[in-house]
Amino acid sequence: MKKIFEPDAAYQPDTFAFKDPKKVKDILGRYPQTHQGRRSAVMPLLDLAQRQTAKEGLKADPPHGGWIPRAAMDEIARMLDLPPVKVYEVATFYSMFQLAPVGVHLIQVCTTTPCWLRGSDRILETCREKAGIDLDETRPDGKFTLVEVECLGACVNAPIVQINDDYYEDLTPELMEDILDALEKDKKPKTAKTAKIPGKTPESSPRRKPGSS
Amino acid sequence: MPKLTINGTEIEVAPGTSILQAAESLGYEIPRFCYHDRLSVPGNCRMCLVEVEGAPKPVASCAMAAGEGMIVHTDTDRVRRARQNVMEFLLINHPLDCPICDQGGECDLQDQAVAYGYDRSRYRESKRAVPNKNIGPLIKTIMTRCIQCTRCVRFGEEIAGVTELGLLHRGEDVEIGTFVEKAVSTELSGNMIDICPVGALTSAPYAYKARPWELRKTQSIDISDAAGSNIRIDSRGNEVLRILPRLHEGINEEWISDKARFCYDGVSRGRLDTPWLRDEPGAKLRPVSWEEALTFVAGRLRKIRAKDMAALAGDLADLESVVALKDLMTQLGTPHLDCRMDGARFDPSSRANYLFNTTIAGLERADCILLVGTNPRWESTMINARIRKAWRQKKGALPVGLIGEEADLTYPVEHIGETAAALKEIIGGKHPFAKKMKAAQNPVLIVGSAVFAREDHGAIAHLLGELARKYDIIRDGWNGMNMLHGAAGRTGALDVGFVPQAPDARGMAEIIEGTRSGAVKALYLLGTDEFNARADIGWQCFVVYQGHHGDHAAMRADVILPGAAWTEQDGTYVNVEGRPQFARQAVSPPGEAKENWKIIRALAERLNIRLPYDTSAHISARIAADWPHLAKWDVLPDHTEIGAWDLKGEKGDLSGGVLASPVRNYYMTNPLCRASEIMARCHAAFPKGRDADSGSEDKTEQEAAE
Repeated sequence: MKKIFEPDAAYQPDTFAFKDPKKVKDILGRYPQTHQGRRSAVMPLLDLAQRQTAKEGLKADPPHGGWIPRAAMDEIARMLDLPPVKVYEVATFYSMFQLAPVGVHLIQVCTTTPCWLRGSDRILETCREKAGIDLDETRPDGKFTLVEVECLGACVNAPIVQINDDYYEDLTPELMEDILDALEKDKKPKTAKTAKIPGKTPESSPRRKPGSS
Repeated sequence: MPKLTINGTEIEVAPGTSILQAAESLGYEIPRFCYHDRLSVPGNCRMCLVEVEGAPKPVASCAMAAGEGMIVHTDTDRVRRARQNVMEFLLINHPLDCPICDQGGECDLQDQAVAYGYDRSRYRESKRAVPNKNIGPLIKTIMTRCIQCTRCVRFGEEIAGVTELGLLHRGEDVEIGTFVEKAVSTELSGNMIDICPVGALTSAPYAYKARPWELRKTQSIDISDAAGSNIRIDSRGNEVLRILPRLHEGINEEWISDKARFCYDGVSRGRLDTPWLRDEPGAKLRPVSWEEALTFVAGRLRKIRAKDMAALAGDLADLESVVALKDLMTQLGTPHLDCRMDGARFDPSSRANYLFNTTIAGLERADCILLVGTNPRWESTMINARIRKAWRQKKGALPVGLIGEEADLTYPVEHIGETAAALKEIIGGKHPFAKKMKAAQNPVLIVGSAVFAREDHGAIAHLLGELARKYDIIRDGWNGMNMLHGAAGRTGALDVGFVPQAPDARGMAEIIEGTRSGAVKALYLLGTDEFNARADIGWQCFVVYQGHHGDHAAMRADVILPGAAWTEQDGTYVNVEGRPQFARQAVSPPGEAKENWKIIRALAERLNIRLPYDTSAHISARIAADWPHLAKWDVLPDHTEIGAWDLKGEKGDLSGGVLASPVRNYYMTNPLCRASEIMARCHAAFPKGRDADSGSEDKTEQEAAE
């Protein structure tokens, strides 16, 4: 999917300021204090900006998930003494950075070959029906955005869906329904214990017996 | 020094040389799109693949450094197949619109597709389309043609110093753009058209005008500033269709400024193509024949005493016409000559006083630069680009100080002060920049010629001399004192001594003043448009204007003698370094306009003065006889012969006031630019120069409107 970026859209805030100067300082302190070295801070700062808007987005009406306004990119460029376009380049390259408002839960369905062979089409279909939106759409209540992504790099447990920071692996349509039901009720997905894999615990997934790998 | 074998030939190269460069030095041509000699190496087009024995895959020769004992093959079946495959991928999304593409005939992709392309495509999916970007009035974009070589991005970042283009998105969505729509605001943007290997960035003013093989190519010299960039004028029939840079390592490398590239349409607009004559002051100008005009001028001049005459040579005047005018005026007996239209009053007796002694290429050796009363970005774009190059080569360790108006010069500049008083601080040695000057091996001082138009020019010259002595700016093997002129014709005119001929003779300001007081009764203007002639010249004075554009001075003139523009005559121009260069005639002058020196020659005849030259060869010989150094084209002056900077000046009070750059409006610095539609569009899109920097209104236009 090509990223949407509308620098002059009405939803773009005029200004952006980081709320947590300590974190910013911490990030800037990680890299060499040269012009070239500071450039390394672009990605963590973009991430910080996205997390900040995610936090604010929960209270907004309608709520929204984390995204990076143009003003934030310009602010980062200013802080790092870079031309703004250098920040735009990075932000448009990575699929983890959202450049337009998204739903609180950003559902990223992997449809690359291994996931597709393991049934990602059915997962995507389930998401469509359950969330009531099509690909690249955001539900009007701001809860869900559904997008298709290229390989998430967890093919061993295909099919995979990433929702915000969490991976849900070895999915079946039923598991997917459960996950979405839970999110709908603003609960941690019930299946998270089995399907959410912090680090890698394939034995906990419903499709694998404990001990097998 | 790694030694490697390329196609069976052994070669030793400097460490860090890429395989591509090594192969090129042996004469093997390696196709490439993204690689460019003067830009960083991204290695993303993969067209330059070669085979290196022992390597599992073909390697990109532009990004692989030559290694000891490498055995490289640049033309095997495997290499060819690999390049063919790369080409096939490049052509997947490239439109087949060569017949309507302006790059056709000079397109790298087209040429290399002949060598490495298949005659049909296996691709059956839909091709991608990329929306065109609006990046200003000079560059036309057809982004679907782009192959993402990123040359334009790197050019903007590295050479021009204006990072506005970027490579956005990724994979098949990747595209070049500014993201936030805006014009690429650099005075070097035209070069992106040249370096684009496909037809994605083409010249907007030249769009659909001609095919390269229809054009007559003439070697010439740029006259939009005094650097003397080498250019090629492409014309068809009698029309100049475009101007391209010509490689000259000493001056412009392979770039030129937008003003040099795009002012050409001014040549055919607003031209004087027939002589005009005003019978009496206040009467209307009427078109007349050459015979009538010359006879009239001769008749009037005969009635005026020589010491009541004066002559001024303008910014764009070629050496030949200046020499002819000087010969004529000398024979008539008038000492009141000047060529310094900015009103500068330095002592031109030694060449080193007014030359750019360090030379443009020499700037790369500089390790500390002090700019005084000049903005090289607007006054001489190529010199500014060279300072930026030096700054980049030294990885930012090149201190540049500026005394004058604060300006963005595309590299960091330490702003020392606005007035000449800052010079005293530097001489005093307390200022932090003074320490840098002290530590420098090759310090450079560049002073704008406009500084010498000030009242306190003597005091400033004195301070500059003191500064030069204090910091050893001139030493054995290094001459760091430079004067920067803005006018292409200035150095040549100074070289032939088109300045007041006696200590009490009038200079520019006194001549103009004299026209008002009645002391100057006749004034001969050779292409002088950079002062407000209508307002400044006294009404009684008899004014002859010889030039090519109906600009300021022509409107005031009593007789207008239409001359050729620089594209329409052979002419010598001496650049700021003192390097004489020859600009060849590309097209013929319009209507009745004639070569400039011939007009003066014809007028002299009417005054019963026989100037001893009838042909171009004669006048070249005349110049060579008196100024042999000006007959040696493209040869730099020998500094052991011309001596060092020797502006005495005198101790005096500084009058204060900002040492301002004379360029108020970058795109409007000469009559050609002012007549040019393209330059007007540039001015509207991205105003540059003093007025734009300070945000003040454009006074020239106001004056014109009045």
